[in-house]
Amino acid sequence: MQRADHTPALSLRQRLALRGIDGVTLLVLPAVLFVLAIFVYPFAYGLLLSFEPKQGGIFANYTRFFSDPFLYDTIATTLWLAVPVTIISLAFALPVAFRVRLMTRQRLLTTILVLPVTLGTVLVAEGLLNFLGPQGWFSRTLMLFGIIDSPVKLTNNYWGVFASLIITGFPFTFLLTLSYVTGIDPALEQAAATHGARAWQRFRHVFLPLLVPGLAIAFCLSFVQAFAVFPSAILLGAPAGPTRVISIAAYQAAFEQYDYSMASAIAMIMAAVQLVIVVAVLMLRNLFYRGTTAGGKG
Amino acid sequence: MLLASSKFDELRLDHVTRSFGSVNALQDICLTIGKGEFIALLGPSGCGKSTALNCIAGLLAATGGSIWLDDKRIDQLKPEDRGFGMVFQSYALFPHMSVRANIGFGLKMRGTARAEIAKRVDEALALVRLEAHGHKLPGQLSGGQQQRVAIARAIVIEPPLVLMDEPLSNLDAKLRLEMRAEIRRIHNQLGATTIYVTHDQDEALSLADRIVVLRDGRIRQVGAPRDLYESPDHLDVAEFMGYRNRLTGKVTARDGDRVTVEVSSVRLAGTMRGDISVGAQAVIAARPDDVTAIDGSDNALKAIVETIEYRGREFVGTARTEGGLELIFHAPQAAAIGSTISLAVDPAHALAYAA
Repeated sequence: MQRADHTPALSLRQRLALRGIDGVTLLVLPAVLFVLAIFVYPFAYGLLLSFEPKQGGIFANYTRFFSDPFLYDTIATTLWLAVPVTIISLAFALPVAFRVRLMTRQRLLTTILVLPVTLGTVLVAEGLLNFLGPQGWFSRTLMLFGIIDSPVKLTNNYWGVFASLIITGFPFTFLLTLSYVTGIDPALEQAAATHGARAWQRFRHVFLPLLVPGLAIAFCLSFVQAFAVFPSAILLGAPAGPTRVISIAAYQAAFEQYDYSMASAIAMIMAAVQLVIVVAVLMLRNLFYRGTTAGGKG
Repeated sequence: MLLASSKFDELRLDHVTRSFGSVNALQDICLTIGKGEFIALLGPSGCGKSTALNCIAGLLAATGGSIWLDDKRIDQLKPEDRGFGMVFQSYALFPHMSVRANIGFGLKMRGTARAEIAKRVDEALALVRLEAHGHKLPGQLSGGQQQRVAIARAIVIEPPLVLMDEPLSNLDAKLRLEMRAEIRRIHNQLGATTIYVTHDQDEALSLADRIVVLRDGRIRQVGAPRDLYESPDHLDVAEFMGYRNRLTGKVTARDGDRVTVEVSSVRLAGTMRGDISVGAQAVIAARPDDVTAIDGSDNALKAIVETIEYRGREFVGTARTEGGLELIFHAPQAAAIGSTISLAVDPAHALAYAA
């Protein structure tokens, strides 16, 4: 006697259901279509377009980019902005989040901190031009107190873009960090404290190891945001020189030289650089503990 | 023996008060705990027992009074400076550290030499019988094992005081009994002074040398388990200790501490707690164990059986008297639902309180 005689074959529907596929699965369809239309198609189109240069072989755009310092230097310029901005935002967000987590009225402070997100880059840039510019309050105040003799130059250079990126990027980094910090079971800190760990030891041995995976994600997201800097690099920076970021190069290729193929190639290079950094950070993250941040049964 | 017993003579809570805004979670708590004692703080949820423990641990600041370890005032010290060990309800094991690292945490924070840490962690692992699990992460252990790691982590630092905050309430019934015995065994072996918070009177009765019953932030009674079980001072303590039957009536006679209370025209004999005069209203409190179904008796409560449950060696049921009183009783044989039975209350274990 064979076992199959006793166990009737499952219908296709039952077999699919066992693999988690049923009618409800169809609900992902709109999302899939959306991703295909908004992300996959333009990306594939851009990728193909980048291999159809105005002149030369299929890699002509890429060889041109990497042989012209005016073009390939934009990678370093952008990294030189995005990496420090991300690290400083994180380093600043972490202590603030640690303080805010203890507060009972978090909402007001969180609202104030998040406000810059809603303002938009251009408004922040305008504000900073007035505040940090040669005739701005910042320099005037310092001069009033005799700390400096002549206005400090903080706009139309690296520092202007830097400040604007910090202001617009910080709230985002902070909110992410706060959610990771508050996600750690407070009993863990109490356990560490009662067993003799001082504040720094609690941070070093309990909080930090549990936060690393979350901070890595926060780093990636903030970095990608900063790497795509465009309006503030033009409004507050020196777009012809020290803040000629990669998106400016892509913009010029597309809308000043009308070379969409080259612009696509630059966009692809931009994506590749981001990917390399993100993958590197995520690989580092894998070296750390990534499980639950609760201390036992919840 | 490396894991030494407590190095102080007494812990003293002196009029300790803790308020949250206008709410007093803890009022005027005075308690002296001797070296090596196992104290249970017992009470229903919201009675202030965890608040008291957190004040002793330093996780909450007392808003009034003081806490002393012999002559040393400790209530203003930070938790890390008190040097106590604590076991949490949720275990609170560090999820990213191995079992060994968790247990050795307190020693590492104190800058103990690595070889010494290894030796003492080995001892602690042996004490809680987890030698084979030292290199696992807490997430790979069962609930009972995790709680044993938490106990090992608390005692390995040889604290003068071990604080336990409902350590068994997350475990299933069978494991709870096993861990209870385990905690008792470890306490007998080490003799560490322990304060144990629980809402479970069975746990408190079986573990503690002395039980402190709290209610609404105040101490209601302090005593040995047997005293609390057999002669609770107040009606609410009695209710909490399992005196589930309450019969209200008028005191008709009094002889020494024996009183007779007339309940629905039946005269019940009881033992007086406190002072009740003849003619006054009194409440008789009795455990289900002491209310027994008997074969017809003149001086017994007649009641109609409403429910009956099989409990292994006996039956426990509820019955209602004509006057509407509900009684929980025990019986050697099953009584039919709807039948009328006679219930007698053991006078020695029927406690009368002033109503």
